[in-house]
Amino acid sequence: MRDKVATLIDLTKCVGCRACQVACKEWNGLEGQTTSNRGTYENPPSLSPETWTKIDFIESSGEEGVDWTFLKQQCLHCTDAACAEVCPTKALRTHPLGFVSLEEDRCNGCGYCAEFCPFGIPQMKITSLLAGTAVASKCTFCQDRLTSGMEPICSKSCPAGAISFGLRNDMVLKGEERVAALKESRDDGAKINLYGANLLGGLGMMYVLPDEPGAFGLPSDPSGSYSLAAAWQGLLQPLGGILIGVGAVTAGINWIIARRMANQAVAARAEAGKGADRD
Amino acid sequence: MEVTRRQFLKRTGGLAAVAALPAGVALADEGKGYRLQRPLGTIPTTCTYCSVGCGALVGTEGGKVVSIEGDPDHPINQGALCSKGMAMAQIPHNPERVTEVLYRAPGSSEWEEKTWDWAIPEIARRIKDSRDATFTDRTPDGKVVNRTEGVAFLGGSSNTNEECYLWVKAARALGLTYIEHQARL
Amino acid sequence: MTNHWIDIGNADVIMIIGSNPAENHPISWRWVEKAREKNGAKVISVDPRYTRTSAQSDIFVPLRSGTDIAFIGGMIKHIIENECYNRDYVAEYTNGSFLVDKGYEFDPETGLFSGYNEAERAYDTKNWAYQTDAEGVPTRDTSLTHPDCVFQKLRAHYADYTPEAVSEVTGTPVERLLEVYETYSASGEPGKSGTIMYAMGATQHTYGTQNVRSYAVLQLLLGNIGLAGGGVNALRGLHNVQGSTDMCLLFHILPGYLATPVEADQSLQEYLDRVTPTTNMPGSVNWWQHTPKYMVSLLKAWYGEAATAENEFGFNWLPKNGENYSYIALFEAMYAGDIKGLISFGTNPAVSGPNSNMERAALRKLDWMVAIDLWPTETANVWREPGVDSTAVDTEVFLLPAASFVEREGSVTNSGRWIQWRYKAIEPVGDSKPDTWIANMIWLELRRLYEQEGGPNKEAILNLTWDYGDGEPDAEQVAREISGTALADLYDKEKKLVARAGEQVKNFTELKDDGSTACGNWLYNYYTREGNLAKRRDTDDPSGIGLYSNWSWCWPINRRIIYNRASIRPDTGRPWDPEDAVIVWDPETEKWVGDVPDGGTPPGTILPFIMKPEGVGRLFGMGHVDGPFPVHYEPWESPVENKLHSTQNNPCFKIWNSEMDLKGEKEEFPVIGTTYRVSEMMQTGAMTRFLPWLVELQPELFVEMGQELAEERGIVSGEHVKVRSARGEVKAVAVVTPRFKPFSLNGTSVHEVGILWHYGYQGLATGDSGNLLTPHVGDANTMIPEYKAFLCDVQKA
Repeated sequence: MRDKVATLIDLTKCVGCRACQVACKEWNGLEGQTTSNRGTYENPPSLSPETWTKIDFIESSGEEGVDWTFLKQQCLHCTDAACAEVCPTKALRTHPLGFVSLEEDRCNGCGYCAEFCPFGIPQMKITSLLAGTAVASKCTFCQDRLTSGMEPICSKSCPAGAISFGLRNDMVLKGEERVAALKESRDDGAKINLYGANLLGGLGMMYVLPDEPGAFGLPSDPSGSYSLAAAWQGLLQPLGGILIGVGAVTAGINWIIARRMANQAVAARAEAGKGADRD
Repeated sequence: MEVTRRQFLKRTGGLAAVAALPAGVALADEGKGYRLQRPLGTIPTTCTYCSVGCGALVGTEGGKVVSIEGDPDHPINQGALCSKGMAMAQIPHNPERVTEVLYRAPGSSEWEEKTWDWAIPEIARRIKDSRDATFTDRTPDGKVVNRTEGVAFLGGSSNTNEECYLWVKAARALGLTYIEHQARL
Repeated sequence: MTNHWIDIGNADVIMIIGSNPAENHPISWRWVEKAREKNGAKVISVDPRYTRTSAQSDIFVPLRSGTDIAFIGGMIKHIIENECYNRDYVAEYTNGSFLVDKGYEFDPETGLFSGYNEAERAYDTKNWAYQTDAEGVPTRDTSLTHPDCVFQKLRAHYADYTPEAVSEVTGTPVERLLEVYETYSASGEPGKSGTIMYAMGATQHTYGTQNVRSYAVLQLLLGNIGLAGGGVNALRGLHNVQGSTDMCLLFHILPGYLATPVEADQSLQEYLDRVTPTTNMPGSVNWWQHTPKYMVSLLKAWYGEAATAENEFGFNWLPKNGENYSYIALFEAMYAGDIKGLISFGTNPAVSGPNSNMERAALRKLDWMVAIDLWPTETANVWREPGVDSTAVDTEVFLLPAASFVEREGSVTNSGRWIQWRYKAIEPVGDSKPDTWIANMIWLELRRLYEQEGGPNKEAILNLTWDYGDGEPDAEQVAREISGTALADLYDKEKKLVARAGEQVKNFTELKDDGSTACGNWLYNYYTREGNLAKRRDTDDPSGIGLYSNWSWCWPINRRIIYNRASIRPDTGRPWDPEDAVIVWDPETEKWVGDVPDGGTPPGTILPFIMKPEGVGRLFGMGHVDGPFPVHYEPWESPVENKLHSTQNNPCFKIWNSEMDLKGEKEEFPVIGTTYRVSEMMQTGAMTRFLPWLVELQPELFVEMGQELAEERGIVSGEHVKVRSARGEVKAVAVVTPRFKPFSLNGTSVHEVGILWHYGYQGLATGDSGNLLTPHVGDANTMIPEYKAFLCDVQKA
């Protein structure tokens, strides 16, 4: 088996400066979006075709005082990747290096990836509202940098050193050691855990979490989605040739999904009041 | 100055720099490779925002800046940059940037585009006239003071040391006393 | 910074007070984490609200804005009473052992020192001095027990700063105070080091200098100055604010911190006699004794061959100050109509100045303004501020397009004093030009005008050395002028030739007071006979403590940690901390190894604080207008009375009286306001509000407030609110958060809100500036405005 790479995102070091958010836009040529302040430092409100990674600002208070935790959201690059499994055009694939690659020019905009991702990561970029076409977007692990021998821009840019990058085995080890050390040194260390070492065949982006996954909206068992995807794939596979042959039907399915994405975008825009995307 | 091709991978946060990676792993040979989206930085600079003094590398193409990222050789930031530093590539060719000499006449509601050839003599004239009109060579009790309190200088923590030096040299030679900048704020 | 960024990684304890480094200097956090990894360092965040820094600190304690001296004074009391101080360090390396003049007194009831004149708001400082013997040597008691000694005076000074009394002032619960006191005091153990990271939270008060003084006293007591992982570290703002300070674009100093001549200095000799310190202290290096060499070399750099011994090297061509011309005074004079023209480069006072409504009105009274910038700033567009009738504004404005940081070359100095060279990557965009080009063109034209027409003191202009060609000056030529050049062959004490005429000097030790050297800034010898040292990129670190001595160059004399001889024990001559030694004496070679020492002589031969005439660090600090020890006073605008002393405010800062210099009272404005920055915006926002990636992250002005205040006022997070002070009003989005709690002051609950100052009426993200609210008063010593504590009120919009 080839050596896989991974990143380890340590929430006990992240200061929420959002260098990674801008770094991702810089390297990947993504535009700044029009936003408004919603009573929080956090922006944009969600991942989008122009935002492949973002920091969630999670505030809590109780007897012990206040907590402010910063969760970096992006594709987690599952080994057993539902999105790659259901992708009919192989635009999404699991790369031997341990990430899920995305080739936009192969994407037919079906939107299955967005439907099946257990973390809700892929975003559909509407390429034409009239024609109902779209294209998937998500963090590619800086696939161009990675396959050119360089680390992703987010881990390279992280000021606090909260995002580590290296061989996956080393990152798992580093995460385990960090968790063990923090459990020892911190009074509130009992709940500290390493997320993603074994989930879905092993995530390409793992977290050191100061609290249970649920506190950050992360599923403790995301495997159901992959099983469903595998079943879906099992169903599609025999029909695949026919479906692809019947262009009108495929186009119809794509259109239905694209329209749903479009409706969501329109609704989001109305809600934000200032437009979800820069037109 | 430019970094050499040989230093290229190292300076862009190359995997070779990750100590844990076994020697001889040629990643580009494993699975599909993807072409780099933009040229990497080769020209060293320092960040234009805060006083940490992080190193950055500027990538250019056709005389334009196309990428700026942290300099991995830099001992302070070791390749990292904050959100502001990572946004620096949006500065040079920003459509909102002032790139022409602009003049606003008294009472006017508009900017007018002007040339340097026009502006420099106009500015020098105003400096001279205001300085000379407000100049004090001696106090009433006869002390030599050679100063003006009628023209002020403000700046520049965004300037280089050499620029600051030239400005302060010029301002003191003119006899200015109101010389201040952001360090007082 | 006495130390530098990487050195934070050597600390055993880090106290972050008056700064928010995770937010405003994010890369510094790399080194905070390093200190944890290397030393298991404890990180303490002291701040009015829980910040991004607090989020990753081990201890967070709340502190009401403007109460640092009470907080630190309590810690000083704790350290003295619990004997956590480094006794040998205090006895030998500070003035703790010096006996204070018998006439010195401090009244803890009033909070005033002896010699105060209320009408003049000034002290007679003659008794703030040492007792001396017949030879003029300060009298000392190294047992630190003499009732007149500084250490005992310090003990008495803070006797009333009990945890309970401090808590009533700062709003920090007593047990949390003690947790910080104990954790930080542990750095007083010999071999341990603690660092203080501070910024504008300390300086932007009417007693800002004394806030910083309190940190210095603390660090001296704990023996933390001069050590790796120690120091008093100012986290400065803009990328070259350190360099612009060193070049002294400030009214009171000339390049290299040489005092600006004043009216009394009618000759060079009178000036030098006034500003050059002397000492009778044995072992004191008294570095400023060299002032004549630096001043004459500066005059030679500026006036070249026209500067001769006969004409006092052109000394009288320089302007002489008559009064305080600092930033606030400048805008008061502009508002009064006394300033006709302004040249403003890379600065945006319409947003950054306090009481912005007043400063904008002042700008509109100018006859003309030259603004040199990359961006169409609020300052350049002050004539069309929303609500202003531009036809009624007679100010002419020239907005000159400046080249950006990648379009020109030159050096910039970081907060750790590293002077780093920046290279040009592309040609200036459009018609923009480097500042050196703009300065050169304006100067050449001015010189032509004075040649043709003459004018008062025209010699000062016509004799100025200015030979930078007729286009863009060569930055390295300017660097050589700054760094120092031999004008004649130079010989050392043994009559050995060290530099030929025309060569660069090696460093400031080669400078002369006879006119045989020229040097634009004695501290900046970065271009030497070896070339441009700011360009060095050697990544080796033989020191093992992150000095990186061959990466760029740092002032003074490439010394990375200043006062580093204090890192050596006075008794053994060995480092306090052998593992993180800054310098070590090698008896074989009879040389120091490691950093550049503060003097190369063997251990025990000289005193470590070479910039002070008495050679030691000052617990008792002479030279400040408002007292030798810090005293707690309330901000100019405060909702509470001074609980520690009967004097409410610092007794010495200047209060201005124009019709726009308004003061708010607590009845109308019961809420404390403070201003600060966020990570994604820079200063006035001119450099960030035009960049879509950053505007996306922080699109609007917000005011941060606690849930309790929001509930009282019926405010919901995310809605727009109005914040008012006596001087102005802003509209902002309410960020309601449990991270900002009311302060409980002896049973009284006081609310504080925080507001950004990054916004204005230009750019992709527009809005009000928090500085519409802030007062036009400043620190008693430095005149830095009191941005950090004022009175306001918040209402639903």
